[in-house]
Amino acid sequence: MTDAEMGTLTPVLTDNWDAPHAWTLAAYEDSGGYGALKTALGMAQGDVVEAVKASGLRGRGGAGFPTGMKWGFLPPDQEGQPARDRYLVVNADESEPGTCKDVPLMMASPHTLVEGVIISSYAIKARHAFIYVRGEVLHVVRRLQNAVREAYESGYLGTDINGSGYDLDVIVHAGAGAYICGEETALLDSLEGRRGQPRLRPPFPAVAGLYASPTVINNVESIASVPSIVANGADWFASMGTEKSKGYGIFSLSGHVKKPGQYEAPLGITLRTLIDLAGGMREGHRLKFWTPGGSSTPILTGEHLDVPLDFEAIGAAGSMLGTRALQIFDDTTCVVRAVLRWTEFYKHESCGKCTPCREGTWWLVQVLAKLEQGQGSEADLELLLDQCDNIMGRSFCALADGAVSPITSSIKYFREEYLAHLEQGGCPFDPVRSTVFEPEGASA
Amino acid sequence: MTAEITEGGLDPRTYAELEEIAARYPQKRSGLLPMLHLVQSAEGRVTAAGIEACARILEISAADVSGVATFYTMYKRRPVGDYHVGVCTNTLCAIMGGDAIFERLKDHLDVGNDETTEDGAITLEHIECNAACDYAPMMTVNWEFMDNMTPESAVTLVDDLRSGEKVRSTRGPAICTWREAERVLAGFNDGLADMGPTAGPASLVGLEIARENDWTAPPSDAGGGTADAGGRRGAAQAADTSRAESETEVETSPAGSLHEDAPEAKDADGSKHGEGDA
Repeated sequence: MTDAEMGTLTPVLTDNWDAPHAWTLAAYEDSGGYGALKTALGMAQGDVVEAVKASGLRGRGGAGFPTGMKWGFLPPDQEGQPARDRYLVVNADESEPGTCKDVPLMMASPHTLVEGVIISSYAIKARHAFIYVRGEVLHVVRRLQNAVREAYESGYLGTDINGSGYDLDVIVHAGAGAYICGEETALLDSLEGRRGQPRLRPPFPAVAGLYASPTVINNVESIASVPSIVANGADWFASMGTEKSKGYGIFSLSGHVKKPGQYEAPLGITLRTLIDLAGGMREGHRLKFWTPGGSSTPILTGEHLDVPLDFEAIGAAGSMLGTRALQIFDDTTCVVRAVLRWTEFYKHESCGKCTPCREGTWWLVQVLAKLEQGQGSEADLELLLDQCDNIMGRSFCALADGAVSPITSSIKYFREEYLAHLEQGGCPFDPVRSTVFEPEGASA
Repeated sequence: MTAEITEGGLDPRTYAELEEIAARYPQKRSGLLPMLHLVQSAEGRVTAAGIEACARILEISAADVSGVATFYTMYKRRPVGDYHVGVCTNTLCAIMGGDAIFERLKDHLDVGNDETTEDGAITLEHIECNAACDYAPMMTVNWEFMDNMTPESAVTLVDDLRSGEKVRSTRGPAICTWREAERVLAGFNDGLADMGPTAGPASLVGLEIARENDWTAPPSDAGGGTADAGGRRGAAQAADTSRAESETEVETSPAGSLHEDAPEAKDADGSKHGEGDA
């Protein structure tokens, strides 16, 4: 594969989003949809797993764990014992601030996900799969329900799928408003009809997941990528991306760029390229800070514009690729205000199970709110960092770690701006100037 | 609330539907979240009778059900208006204007957060990130997307809702009531999936640039394989990898250009496809 054969952007998952009625089965089949399923059902189940392993696909929900390896962790059936039930659960609880890729995918082409669910379930020998979709996206829920119904009616779901002898049932399950349910073990508790609180691991879901049975949980985009791998080959997928971050992904640009939206590209594209494609920053303004993968990933600045957006390079730059949720803020934005709001979010969404997170996020808000109002002293910055140190890594799940990311990274890059609040006795920024409807001429 | 628990306070149809939800799952307790959505649809909120019915069907205690109902923010213990209006005030939307929109609506409707107008029409709530950041500042009505809002278009929106005018989601159908929406979340589809566009404008910006430049994923290496998942338009002519700076000027900011249209966008179908096939 040469670069000349590959575009700067590589629409695969987004490729049919401009097709009329792309969400319907008929339109999806017209664009070749469910061809990969027919291919997969003709393969040995283990070979499908091997293809996904060979592709190098890594989880698209933020953590970047190799998808095929996750599938491989399911314990093999014991000889002479009846096969245990296994489950596939799709994490469609897209809630990480800034993340907005799975929702448009499920709205525009829910069958891409459903086809991925069927192939993946077949590969891991699951008879039941669940799509756990957040409840606050009503039309996405409708489209998913509709796609699953169409798939049943066409024999892609139910018993003896396409005459293969393979049976699968899929349930679309709407959540009820809880960020924590995007954490995979909290999602499982929620799917079992409980408060969504993370579980202690081990055991990992592959061994004891839903109903204490072997379970694979994957993000929407991960599962939706599987049909393309089966259809085009693992080498095709791996020809995109970088050495250890293979394939394509949807990059979601939001904030102060001229054309916010979804840009599907090989992993390793830079923010500089993406902002160029997005028409640049708002007129008359420059980039101040950005998140590479949602609010839980430490913020970066203009000095990181040329860092390849892959797992390794962003990690080396002190952040995480996360969900490729690129929230972009220009020089009108108060970083303290931004961080305070994220911190309030983590406080609100802490499930309450672990004390450092439940109490710690509350205290973080207290200290930050005062700083934002220009009260307190420089010593409060050290207090904040000390609190972060006592929260980071001391809870069951990553919510608490995510909560401290914006604080520690913003103090690292913008300590002076925190101090400016203290010196001026308040916020030095006019919030109106950051809005999209700021008065004409105010942007000079 | 235990004092309020009544025997069989729900109508028989709702009770039967709750049982139907529980029966969908390999283990019936998994049905609890959609069951509580159905309770809200039938009762207008999570009532003691609804909790008791869920507990009886699932053979767990009312305290267990109540513990779940109080954990999730979409479950409401106080009556919700016909229209639940959400304003995203998470960081990105707040900075792009969500804070100003929320302040304006509180003032205009004379309610605080999570409160309902006196006429019972609108419940206002500030919501967390709703996965539409490329349409910031965004709002929801009964969990349908209202994209690229301004304080002015938000006021027009709630006024239209209160006066009973038909309001259309920017990426979905005409707005139904909150109770009807809760019924869909319980798993009872309302047949409206075919309304609205495939994707909103911001969802398509990258794809449009790729089309203009003939950028595609590489050709499939599965020789003459099945699905052309590598790109419906074929991949052969993707020779030009130079970035065409001139192409980036074709559109002004979607955010900037769309507010002006917001009031009319809810009257006119934003999509080419119309609602004919619903």
